[in-house]
Amino acid sequence: MNRYTIGENIPTRMAYGAALAELGKENENLVVLEADIGKSTQSIVFGDKFPERYFNVGIAEQNEMCIAAGLASCGKIPFVSTYAVFASMRACEQVRTFIAYPNANVKICPSHGGLTPGNDGPTHQATEDLGIMRTIPNMTVCMPADATMTYKAVKAAAEFDGPLYLRLTRDAVPVIYDDQFEFEFGQGILLRTGTEAAIIANGDLVTQAIKASEALEERGISVAVIDMHTIKPLDKELVIEHCMDKRFVVTVEDHQINGGLGSAVAEVLVENCPVPMKRIGLQDTFAESGSYTELLKKYNMDARAIEDAVIRGLENK
Amino acid sequence: MTLTNKELAKSANELRNHIVDMIYTANSGHPGSSLSNADLVTVLYYDEMNIDPSNPKWKERDRFLLSKGHACPTLYAVLAMRGYFEMDHLSKLRKIDGILQGHPDMKKTPGVDYTTGSLGNGLSIGVGMALAARLDKKAFRTYVMLGCGEMQEGIVWEAMMSAAKYNTDNLCAIIDYNQLQLDGNNDQVMPVKSLKGKILSFNWHVISCDGHDMSDIRRSFAEARNMKGRPTAIIANTIKGKGVSYMENKVGWHGVVPNEEEYEQAKRELEASNE
Repeated sequence: MNRYTIGENIPTRMAYGAALAELGKENENLVVLEADIGKSTQSIVFGDKFPERYFNVGIAEQNEMCIAAGLASCGKIPFVSTYAVFASMRACEQVRTFIAYPNANVKICPSHGGLTPGNDGPTHQATEDLGIMRTIPNMTVCMPADATMTYKAVKAAAEFDGPLYLRLTRDAVPVIYDDQFEFEFGQGILLRTGTEAAIIANGDLVTQAIKASEALEERGISVAVIDMHTIKPLDKELVIEHCMDKRFVVTVEDHQINGGLGSAVAEVLVENCPVPMKRIGLQDTFAESGSYTELLKKYNMDARAIEDAVIRGLENK
Repeated sequence: MTLTNKELAKSANELRNHIVDMIYTANSGHPGSSLSNADLVTVLYYDEMNIDPSNPKWKERDRFLLSKGHACPTLYAVLAMRGYFEMDHLSKLRKIDGILQGHPDMKKTPGVDYTTGSLGNGLSIGVGMALAARLDKKAFRTYVMLGCGEMQEGIVWEAMMSAAKYNTDNLCAIIDYNQLQLDGNNDQVMPVKSLKGKILSFNWHVISCDGHDMSDIRRSFAEARNMKGRPTAIIANTIKGKGVSYMENKVGWHGVVPNEEEYEQAKRELEASNE
């Protein structure tokens, strides 16, 4: 019996709240910090069960990060909830200097990654956060694709030693995994083998990548699809193994094309086995308010855009 | 073993000697800021705090955060004097492959309870430690030393609010109130007055003391320890550069190194005041 049904639409933050509440029972050292958006981030699910280990510090994310650092230094395992724009930018220096530099055991798990807060607009759409976090030493950076993977990732985070940035979605994304797969930070997942091109995606856009690969198959084009949930450390072996024999590689991320998954994959390819590639994501621009689906379409980040990119890439060869 | 005020003053004088030596040898550092809080740090490490230098990671120990991390020569010298590491490290302040970074690094220096240096952040980390102590029903206390210019950082007031919300009476902030900062005096750069009124209005207990009077400092820590239900801030009135006449109350000595002649004079003055 799966925790979530494949095809069901669920925001990954819901799985975060559910997993935290489970973890609270299992591990007394687990504490959760919130910055006044617990009903949105779902940290409140933990807070309702374990009020003495739930610290709502108000709208003060820098303070939130440093309090988490202090708790971690005394053996606690703090999970920090807020939105991704605030975790990665408002509190960037606190994360860098007081969590990453001393290698503090803090789990930063912000919601509202990428365009998933759609209608909130660019102030609340974190589209640079993964790139920022990826440049910080000691930091592990991950975005799970669906609720099932998020649940597993949050459970794994509690066992993981060191700073971690785990990005969640506001809007619902389809469940694509069943409970049987093994999740490990830094180990990408090959979802589909192919011969002509490879699509490497992560987070909420894995669904779009799968859709694109199915449409391409109908046209007789064989593409591999990888879910690269962890962009740091990047699963280099998996990238090389499935890209070196391909004519074209497309990366797909709900993020700026600079600094995130696309950049990470490009770095590995140019140093090991250069393959022509295209990065799908925001093309160095801010988006706007609109529904999540409308935004993916307008900014060429949906299945159709991925499909077109693969076809054009293969034609150019 | 309880030291007399006179013995504490002697230790503080030794500490000041190390500070001057370290900064002169490193040819880099912050003498004015380090000398300013030397008496406060001496009382913490020789009288107030429950520590075990042979076991720096002892879970029950009191914690000290030098939020004004640029004053770390004071912290490094007192840690060496208390035996956390060998004295000869002091001559390698800010040097490559050394254990004494330009600002405190908990991963490199035994006895440093948390990494600091970027101003404003120590009090928040201290709140986290105080909350951890409460969760684990431990008796340890957390002390955070802040500079007065540092009070201009917004996060300090976020920390103030949160400490009051959680009634962390196991947390004590010490403000090294010498009224000077790098670019000038507080009033010129950005007034922090009235500090006492501000902190009181954040629902903290506030004590003012003479930050160079051993008896007054001890009395203040005792009052903070006995305060139940709310955190305490000690506003310690201090003199930047205290102990070296030409540095005292001089903005110019924030991050400047004495030349040979000035160094010799500083050593002579410290020797004279020890007699």
